[in-house]
Amino acid sequence: MGNLGSVEKALQYVGCAPVITSSPRQLEEASGIVLPGVGAFDDCMQGLRDRGLLNPLRELIAGGKPYLGICLGLQMLFERSQEGQESGLGIFPGQVVRFDHELKIPQIGWNQVWPNQPVPHLAGINPGSWFYFVHSYYVQPADKSIVATTTEYGYEFCSAVHQDNVFACQFHPEKSQSAGLKLLENFKQLTEASPPSERDERE
Amino acid sequence: MLAKRIIPCLDVTDGRVVKGIKYVNHVDAGDPVEQAAEYDRQGADELVFLDITASLEHRQIMLDIVGRVAETIFIPFTVGGGIRSIDDIRQVLLAGADKISVMTAGILSPDIINEGAQRFGSQCIVCAIDAQRVPRKDRDDSDLALAPEEDIQWKVWTHGGHEPTDVDALDWAVEATERGAGELLVTSMDADGTRAGYDIELLRRISERVTVPVIASGGAGNVEHMYQALTAGKADAVLAASIFHFGEYTVGQVKQELADRGVTVRL
Repeated sequence: MGNLGSVEKALQYVGCAPVITSSPRQLEEASGIVLPGVGAFDDCMQGLRDRGLLNPLRELIAGGKPYLGICLGLQMLFERSQEGQESGLGIFPGQVVRFDHELKIPQIGWNQVWPNQPVPHLAGINPGSWFYFVHSYYVQPADKSIVATTTEYGYEFCSAVHQDNVFACQFHPEKSQSAGLKLLENFKQLTEASPPSERDERE
Repeated sequence: MLAKRIIPCLDVTDGRVVKGIKYVNHVDAGDPVEQAAEYDRQGADELVFLDITASLEHRQIMLDIVGRVAETIFIPFTVGGGIRSIDDIRQVLLAGADKISVMTAGILSPDIINEGAQRFGSQCIVCAIDAQRVPRKDRDDSDLALAPEEDIQWKVWTHGGHEPTDVDALDWAVEATERGAGELLVTSMDADGTRAGYDIELLRRISERVTVPVIASGGAGNVEHMYQALTAGKADAVLAASIFHFGEYTVGQVKQELADRGVTVRL
């Protein structure tokens, strides 16, 4: 929770009509899914499980629905986290680890995001643009080819991943001024290019 | 690299900004939402709204402002002043603020920090510390500025700087972070309003004892002061009010000058 309202307002600002929901049915009907998340890894995973959302999320992501994960919405895609005992969604192999250096933890503030590959979500955003971060943990994908961006904090870490319909970032686009709004606008366009599946319409 | 943050502070009473930016783009100097938007345009990294009346009847006005700011600008902002309970925290966050700051409530009933951090996450709990220099008990030096560093200590004040306490500011800084505060907003009462510079020694000592970011406040009169706070004072961010309100500097000018001197800022 925490930043749900901010994400909703930023999506509205770029012209989306976001619905805050915990209904698998509404997720299926949506043209895209945004999973934000601030707080603890275990709380978020338990929250998803209590609402019966684990399998629907896995299925919808596997089915090609545009997915935007923010902060924990990135971390939960992996198998496990040093922060908690719960298993993650396990969409990507790899784990979530805590910063291990002398700098302040959590990392709070604006840092630069460097693309590793061309990603439609980052279209029109200059390499090295500043985004707002608040986190103590970061993801270590086993498959380096999904690393979409990197950022330097004590050392270089993966600040976003991308594969097919999935883009998920450690930073907060909803709090990153014009660069963040551009990213959300790009996501909106991708949801428009990919209407709900035929299966949804038949049901 | 993580950038040092420049944070304008807006004092709000009765729904109006007390000291607004003047003469800039015909901005309504009293409207918190217009002021916030102007600071956002200038490149502010974050904003702090301080509700300086914070009476019950004004709470709703502040919540309305928070909601409008959240719809208008997309940078993080903190709301402080008169936050006494978990319910107060919830209302302000639900209205759209990213963080809240507690000061008096943190001292009087410190569990609010633990509970707030547990429910909403440390990232949204800022502990504000108003600190004043005092001589150590075994010393009656009248001129603290000349006292050896090890002979200075700082005591915490509450109620917007109206009530002294016997709490040591450095100890409290450590305790507040152990309780779950995600950031510390450290204001020197000696320096506040003087525009003669932040209390660098206070900032440095706190920053060296905690692992969370420290926001320097109180005393900024020019960019040199900010530079000192961010380097010698080891602060992660600087908060300032007058320097921006009176239009002497825009946020962008401050950041450019700091960048020219080698400080990493978001430009």
